[in-house]
Amino acid sequence: MSTWQDAPGYVATREGSDMPTVTVEAERIRDACLFARDEMGFDMCVDVVAADYLGWGHKGVAGYIGTATGRDINAPMSQGFQHQPEVKPKRFSISYHLLALRQGAPRVRLQTWVDDGEAVQSVVSVWPTCDWHEREQFDLMGIPFEGHPNLERLLMPDDWEGHPLRKDYPIGGEPVRFSEEM
Amino acid sequence: MAVAPERRRVRRWPLVGEAPYEGSRIPGRVPTILDVPNDLEDSEDVFRINFGPNHPSTHGVLRLIVDLYGEDVVGLSAVIGYLHTGFEKTMETKTYWKCVTYPERIDYVGYQNNELVFVLAVEKLLELEVPEKAVWMRMLLCELNRIHSHLVFLGTSALELGAISMFWYCFREREMILDLFELVTGQRMHTRYFQVGGLAEDIPEGFFPECRKFVEWFPQALDDYLTLLDRNQIWMERTQGIGVMSGPDAIALGQTGPNLRASGVDWDLRREQPYLAYDQVDFRVPVYPEGDVYARYRVRMDEMAESNRIVRQCLDRLERMEGLPWIADDRKVVLPPREELHTSMESLIHHFKIVTEGFRVPEGEVYVAIESPRGESGCYLVSDGGPKPWRVHFRSPSFVALEATPTCARGTLVADLIAVVGSLDAVMGDTDR
Repeated sequence: MSTWQDAPGYVATREGSDMPTVTVEAERIRDACLFARDEMGFDMCVDVVAADYLGWGHKGVAGYIGTATGRDINAPMSQGFQHQPEVKPKRFSISYHLLALRQGAPRVRLQTWVDDGEAVQSVVSVWPTCDWHEREQFDLMGIPFEGHPNLERLLMPDDWEGHPLRKDYPIGGEPVRFSEEM
Repeated sequence: MAVAPERRRVRRWPLVGEAPYEGSRIPGRVPTILDVPNDLEDSEDVFRINFGPNHPSTHGVLRLIVDLYGEDVVGLSAVIGYLHTGFEKTMETKTYWKCVTYPERIDYVGYQNNELVFVLAVEKLLELEVPEKAVWMRMLLCELNRIHSHLVFLGTSALELGAISMFWYCFREREMILDLFELVTGQRMHTRYFQVGGLAEDIPEGFFPECRKFVEWFPQALDDYLTLLDRNQIWMERTQGIGVMSGPDAIALGQTGPNLRASGVDWDLRREQPYLAYDQVDFRVPVYPEGDVYARYRVRMDEMAESNRIVRQCLDRLERMEGLPWIADDRKVVLPPREELHTSMESLIHHFKIVTEGFRVPEGEVYVAIESPRGESGCYLVSDGGPKPWRVHFRSPSFVALEATPTCARGTLVADLIAVVGSLDAVMGDTDR
């Protein structure tokens, strides 16, 4: 029986309250997913989700209103944290939540870390369901998935600028649409 | 599990332009786009039409780009995003207790279940115990909501295939459920009744007898539906053998819930990974092997009967819990009782702090999944230790269900497309978030 230590590009395992998190290198993520599917028996990929950790642990970045330098109605946050959150290795985490359809419903979170502009291998060839999941994360978070057969915006309009779920994307700062049509 | 393990081991899909494995109906090049076959590519008889976004039978604003050869669907791709409202981004700017209102608006038909998954995720990070009464009441409302959601599915998909009377019957019972929700929460939909720690209010007097009336009535109503549809010749011909999805295809496409069970895969998170108190109630998981529209309809019909049984068991339990607490007694998270505010300074301070600043949730990331009416509804939550979520993401079953449209619509006629899309039971709010 294989263990996660044998996974291609294996970095670390961490137990969690919901499921273990297995970190792998971004260059080997497709091999790691193949390993998870064929050796570890995780037949279903339920979700692909990216998170942006820009400004993680700084005062009041999450939830500002207006632009980054604009007014800060987030005063309660500026009281700071009781302790400094754990430092993250890179800016973006990409988590693949896997599920095995067998007794006990075992789950695992395959996680990989990239910086802005770094590409991640697409796993559409491992699980077809990742097609839209990856397109959504590309659209909203700006993660380029290398080898994706149809990497286009999914939820936002095709001509949208920027990636809305990034932490440096200002709320209320979108360009005025339709102004040229007036 | 209906799929043999050796079947799963041989899956390899390394080449672009090939189906994932032999016998699969998933399109080759892009799994969510059905390309026009090569021999028809230059044909003048292939006609491309827009189906939606404002077509009533797309259940909202779904746009399908369909290539037709005569009446045959030869190419298909789905375009979504017309209802994208940025809930996930908005929630990053709200304190947790304010966030609770958002998930229910994501899936506006299965609202109670979506509310539950968010509340469960926050409670998991807080490691908060929820009182037993709240657990059972949550289960009761979620099952009522499941019936409500399946009724909407049944009414609308029958309506689309011409059976308009089904719509009136289904909405009659749906109305009863909404009245029950109004009785408990004051709201017919989007109740915001689940609170981090338990329920927002105690169960009001008079709810149990009213709910019992519904539980006793509903099996008859279900019989009526079955009489109208189940062996109805027109209904059977419009649904049987249409929109077929095999078990391995459904797994590869990440399908969950009724769509997966209609493809012969015996999988229900309520049984496999019990949350709330689902391990203490008795229910059956309906599975049909055909994988067609009719099977998806049958699964939902059976599930309504099972949900009704669960509601009955919840009622039996809850009636004996009169006077027990309905929310956890954790003053750092839960608002103090209203009457204490007039007499206790500490309560007033806690109330003020929770309402203005919000409660802080320990640092960490968590993914919680439940079986919503549409399948696995998941919430991925990252907290940095502050009072607002750092990142919230919802794994919506409708989003995944629509990925299967080209697979199911392969080889159908354009009229069947309506039946296929209806049977996948996607809610566009849930798809686009």
